[in-house]
Amino acid sequence: MDRNLGILVAALLLVASTCESAIFNPVSESHRSAASELLSSADGSFGSLEETYEALKTFEVLGIEKKPDIRTSACVSAVKILSSTSSALKDLFHALRVNGVLKCELNDQAFPGIGSKLKDSLNGASSLLDFYYSIGGLILIKDQTSEVDVHISDADRIFRSIKALSQSDGRWRLNSNNPESSNDAAGIALEALSGVISLASSEIDSSLIATLKNDISKLFDGVEKYDDGTCYFDEKLVDAHGHKGPLSASASIVRGITALAAVSSENLNLPGEKVLGLAKFFLGIGIPGSAKDLYYQIDALSCLESIRGSVPLILSLPATVLSVTKKDQLKVKVSTVLGSAAPPLSVKLMQIFVSGSKDASVIDQKLKFDPENSVHVLETLPTNVDVGNYIFSFEIIFDEPEHKNKYATGGRTRVPIHVTGVIKIDSAEIAILENDLGSVETQKKLDLPGESAVALSANHLQKLRLSFRLTTPSGQVFKPHQAFLKLKHDSGVEHIFVVANSGKKFEIILDFLGLVDKFFYLSGTYDLQLTVGDSVMENSFLQPLGHIELDLPEAPEKAARPPPQPVDMYSRYGPKAEISHIFRVPEKRPPRELSLAFFGLVILPFFGFLAGLFHLRANLKNFPKSIHATFAILFHLGIAAVLSLYALFWFKLDLFTTLKTLGLLGIFLMFVGHKTLSHLASTSAKLKTT
Amino acid sequence: IIDLYIVFAVVTALIQIAYVAVVGSFPFNSFLSGVLSCVGTAVLAVSLRIQVNKENKEFKDLPPERAFADFVLCNLVLHLVIMNFLG
Repeated sequence: MDRNLGILVAALLLVASTCESAIFNPVSESHRSAASELLSSADGSFGSLEETYEALKTFEVLGIEKKPDIRTSACVSAVKILSSTSSALKDLFHALRVNGVLKCELNDQAFPGIGSKLKDSLNGASSLLDFYYSIGGLILIKDQTSEVDVHISDADRIFRSIKALSQSDGRWRLNSNNPESSNDAAGIALEALSGVISLASSEIDSSLIATLKNDISKLFDGVEKYDDGTCYFDEKLVDAHGHKGPLSASASIVRGITALAAVSSENLNLPGEKVLGLAKFFLGIGIPGSAKDLYYQIDALSCLESIRGSVPLILSLPATVLSVTKKDQLKVKVSTVLGSAAPPLSVKLMQIFVSGSKDASVIDQKLKFDPENSVHVLETLPTNVDVGNYIFSFEIIFDEPEHKNKYATGGRTRVPIHVTGVIKIDSAEIAILENDLGSVETQKKLDLPGESAVALSANHLQKLRLSFRLTTPSGQVFKPHQAFLKLKHDSGVEHIFVVANSGKKFEIILDFLGLVDKFFYLSGTYDLQLTVGDSVMENSFLQPLGHIELDLPEAPEKAARPPPQPVDMYSRYGPKAEISHIFRVPEKRPPRELSLAFFGLVILPFFGFLAGLFHLRANLKNFPKSIHATFAILFHLGIAAVLSLYALFWFKLDLFTTLKTLGLLGIFLMFVGHKTLSHLASTSAKLKTT
Repeated sequence: IIDLYIVFAVVTALIQIAYVAVVGSFPFNSFLSGVLSCVGTAVLAVSLRIQVNKENKEFKDLPPERAFADFVLCNLVLHLVIMNFLG
């Protein structure tokens, strides 16, 4: 009865709650190392004074030691600006901020001059930023020296002037000419107004402060929310540099409300849930990638650390994956956003929800506090927690009731927990069954997930049956995400089957008669492999079981061919075998001496010809005389030249050169030949006639 | 003289054939060009002889100088081709 009521209440709460679960961790060492990395400068300076101040503030909050050269270069720039009489308002403000952090050696005479300059700017200010810088500067002077009187006499007027720039939705405009309002400006305005309140020489009208409270609540009405309880202020306009976004807007407002909460004598009644939501937003972005974003995050968190009235406390878990088998203990840590210790409190595990279902159980168990490590420990998980995904709902209860007004815990915190364990596999067996009768032909027991190598054989008329049971550590039936049986043929063709569960058992029956087609009629040895896996199963396995000889009938003509197996990439695209080039075997040449002998033999007929000529008493009596002899000689020389040209052609000239030269020689030869032969012809004609 | 020349050319061709018979026909183009140059020049000499022979009625009107000029020209062309083919 009680349990039923508990479940009903839990179900109602589940329906009523819209928050999802998420985990937020406070600032840690990773933020410090990110800061050291992002904010490292080569020459000790960070660019502008504004960036220098941001870097210094980040280092200060995170507790990182500054390098001395940073201090020197920053101080030099700050002192220069503070000592100069013509510095701009914005530069004075940033220089004062840097001086406030570093406490540079500044001439005390400079402060009165700066103070009066700021007061003059304040009196003549019209835009929000002018007010902000002047008032901010005066507050910084107040902190740095007591010699200058920074009180403002007409605080009411200044308050109203700033207030005049506000809009009805709680946002502020930057000046009266600009109709656009933004959350960032609202934060700046709140900071400025808190400055006015602290610097006022006389008490500000309480009605004005009441309107301010109204503005803040309207501002919080416009806050954006995520399902996991994170809240942030978004900006409609993003400027060209992209600096104005949800991070800078939220950081600006946090600074504003922190400053206001600090100076206001009454409680601002800030909504605790939303302040915690803002803290979760800043922590939820993790480690920002840029120095500016890191500054916004750290600065906002440092403000939230000490905001009056609702300091957010963060519940975090060092480990969210617990093993039932190893009997891991659930550890919970509660701290402020910067990781500092929380006030004395206790943590109770109120409910456990099962992810993805409506089941829930009410636990209401207090965790034990370990003061050495500052963690709250749940030594043993409740008995009904088996392997799976759960959402644990925690509640923080303060030891001293008045802390409830100082800290914001957000009621119940829901955290996703992943519980794993070793799953027991038993009753595993593999069998070959006769098709019609279902009688067992071969049956073998398997030892899963250990080694097993069964050797089975079956034909297409039989069936293969594999069955096993999976049990969780607490004895419940377990349904894994994956349970596959793979059959792989020698040729590489694979078939994967899902092992279904029926009730308590996992079983698969492969009827080969029906699968003959799917197996492409490939007979032979198939390797069996069983895969069982789940994210909560610590002993997921992929186990070869052995092999089965399948005897399938011949494939008919129209049967599908098995898919081509992927070629081994290395064999296809890898280096190929080296080809040794087979050179043409050179022809057998005769021995040199033989060739030379024949050369001699070939020359012989020529000498024979000459001898014959001599024998025949060949003579040159008919050789032309006097002037014609020249032509005759030239004719013979021309022929000799052509023959030597041919010889040159064979040795080294190419055909084109040869033909060109031959053309020229031919023309010459024609001319002299014609001359000689026509002379000879006319001589012999004269002889004939006489 | 021309007959002697013809005999000389033919004997040279025969010696080259004998050489190829002994050592093989590589490089064949060289063998061919050598043999054909001898044979070609022999053929041209034969045609010169025919043209120059006074007893030949066909070439009665052709002056022997002209035949000789043709013989020289054809030989030069033949030997150009031969040298190209010789390799």
